[in-house]
Amino acid sequence: MRIHIQGGRVLDPANDVDAQRDVYIADGRILAVGDAPKGFNSDRVINARGHIVCPGLIDMQARLREPGNEHKGTILSETRAAAAAGITSLCCPPDTLPVVDTPAVAELIYERALTAGYAKVLTLGALTKGLEGTLIAEMKALLDVGCVGVSNAWRPITNTLVMRRAMEYAATFDLPVFLHAEDPYLHAGGCAHEGAISTRLGLGGIPEIAETIAVARDLALVEETGARAHFCQLSTARGMDMVLAAQARGLPVTADVSIHHLHLTEMDIGDYNALCHVRPPLRTQRDRDGLRRAILRGVAVCSAHQPHEPDAKAGPYAETEPGIAGLESLLPLTLRLVDDGVCTLLEALASLTVRPARILGVSSGSLSVGADADVCIFDPQREWRLADQDQMLSHGRNTPFFHWDLRGQVTHTLLNGRVVYTATAQPA
Amino acid sequence: MNHHRRLQLTKDGRLRHFIAIEGLPRAILLSILDTAEGFAGVGNQAVKKVPLLRGKTIVNLFFESSTRTRTTFEVAAKRLSADVINFNISTSSASKGESLLDTLRNLEAMQTDMFVVRHDESGAAHFIAQQVAPHVSVINAGDGRHAHPTQAMLDMFTIRRHFGEFAPLNVAIVGDLLHSRVARSQIHALTTLQVNEVRVIGPKTLIPKGIEQMGVHVYHDMQSGLRDVDVIIMLRLQRERMHGAFIPSEHEYFQVYGLTPERLAYAKPNAIVMHPGPINRGVEIDSAVADGPQSVILEQVTNGIAVRMAVMALTMGSYATQGEA
Repeated sequence: MRIHIQGGRVLDPANDVDAQRDVYIADGRILAVGDAPKGFNSDRVINARGHIVCPGLIDMQARLREPGNEHKGTILSETRAAAAAGITSLCCPPDTLPVVDTPAVAELIYERALTAGYAKVLTLGALTKGLEGTLIAEMKALLDVGCVGVSNAWRPITNTLVMRRAMEYAATFDLPVFLHAEDPYLHAGGCAHEGAISTRLGLGGIPEIAETIAVARDLALVEETGARAHFCQLSTARGMDMVLAAQARGLPVTADVSIHHLHLTEMDIGDYNALCHVRPPLRTQRDRDGLRRAILRGVAVCSAHQPHEPDAKAGPYAETEPGIAGLESLLPLTLRLVDDGVCTLLEALASLTVRPARILGVSSGSLSVGADADVCIFDPQREWRLADQDQMLSHGRNTPFFHWDLRGQVTHTLLNGRVVYTATAQPA
Repeated sequence: MNHHRRLQLTKDGRLRHFIAIEGLPRAILLSILDTAEGFAGVGNQAVKKVPLLRGKTIVNLFFESSTRTRTTFEVAAKRLSADVINFNISTSSASKGESLLDTLRNLEAMQTDMFVVRHDESGAAHFIAQQVAPHVSVINAGDGRHAHPTQAMLDMFTIRRHFGEFAPLNVAIVGDLLHSRVARSQIHALTTLQVNEVRVIGPKTLIPKGIEQMGVHVYHDMQSGLRDVDVIIMLRLQRERMHGAFIPSEHEYFQVYGLTPERLAYAKPNAIVMHPGPINRGVEIDSAVADGPQSVILEQVTNGIAVRMAVMALTMGSYATQGEA
């Protein structure tokens, strides 16, 4: 299949390109950007006039729920939703059921993803066996089968000696360690940021120091062990500043932030809106602003997608399960940062393409000649709403962004040069 | 917040549910107190009943065991001539894996008119009120650490009976503010009724972060905290908090924060002493104070029935008037 994407505005942060250019695709790869290669005959022309053409988005963290929680979502349902959202690669944490601590589970996920054919699915392997935080997992075997890193997801490693050895072992194979910085004792079973709002609502508070103390410990361990570390979903401005300061000092550390932490704060919990129950919790305005500034300092953005069945969100706040089904609002909410004056369009798209690609060590995330033709085409002006739950493709409908005015809608998604999503024409 | 207000009041501003004090206008609180005055005499009649809620079914839905609170709600409902069903969920469906929502639907199908709910999670009554059919009212009998609004109103009732007005009063709430739903509701009630000052007193481990934003002043010692105070509200210290986690021992707590006759003397001479009960003698309060002339602890229990009758009558009545309109 030879595809000619015609007349679009190409935004390719990896190559610092922002210009109106044509893109030529053949054999699943980018053949040329700009002038047509000699003798190029297209099988299909996609008219992208007035639209933006960028690398397919890479979601640093999305739970697809398979294996183990298929009532919440499957690899098929969630990658299909991803394709409609312009996402061509997703990285899943290892906390499936069973956990990804053997090659077999990782292979199962890859196989299902390949069969579904909507997106590239990457996995993190377990840092400790069963994520139990006591014995280190068979990381070399997980690396060999294709895991891009290792992580203990939200399960704490309270024993610092275990953490040290896990990092040392991962560093042996230069396998990056993905960290969720949260001190389990200070977390204390809480469900909201500790402060005036959790006090008023009588919800168990998770203090800022639950994150900063864990970040401090893990940074010291990174310095000691030489492991490459990535901090997932930082929620506090201070924690983020600590990681970025360490990075500036030369430590091999990176960070991401989930898109909802860039738009929502503890105030949005209102009166126990369980759709705002997330982990780490929504924090203060000051934190949100600090995290937004970090976009200018190179951090990646993820959806932290966690689809749930309706029952998981029906109950008293603390008893509901945390998480937002975030795939389908990832792009428009990231574009909204540009409207809010947080960053440029190129920076916004970098946070969803080249930055996550570098952190995950994958070659996608650019429109370089020869790269896999993973492409997202969107109409940046198109306004829409997640007004109707049935309009969502994800199995999970748990989003606090219903009825938000969103701008920017995907029209085409290409995976390895194959069109995996085309928006059905709607009246403007 | 407006959310609370929207859920609790009908379009024409009458009480529909009673979930939290927060968000309710001063006039509603005063109407509860005035209505309770009207019911206060019922308990002294030969026939302790009024026929206001005859034919209505009230379900006491208790997910957390409580004999005292449940009993006062039951007495209040019976004095209003309602039929009362007690449902103790911790020993029934919840242990069989039935969800809160399923339990609710089942009880609703029995033509319930009102749920009186106690639950150990904050926001539970709020959640239930969002789920029930339009003709059903929900009264919060305590949710987690969030609210216990009828307790707060009976305290306000007791205070008004003693002082006649709220504006000049200084009120101190002493003890475990962190875990106390009673204290949170009292603070909202006192600030809505516009007392002069609300203070909270306790060790830093038991004063939750950001509580000043509820309009209180924080003190960590009794001598300065109780100075010029008209009302002292002592909070119960739960046994499980006593040993090492939040305070080192009952003994040390009593040494620092126990209300003794000597400490009571820091307050105004006519100050009253309140406690939501049950009291821990020798832990938060000295028996000489609990049983002394300034204690109104037993009056609070008596007043609890009239106040709960008032809240039930007002929430049920609001539906009737709206239905007729």
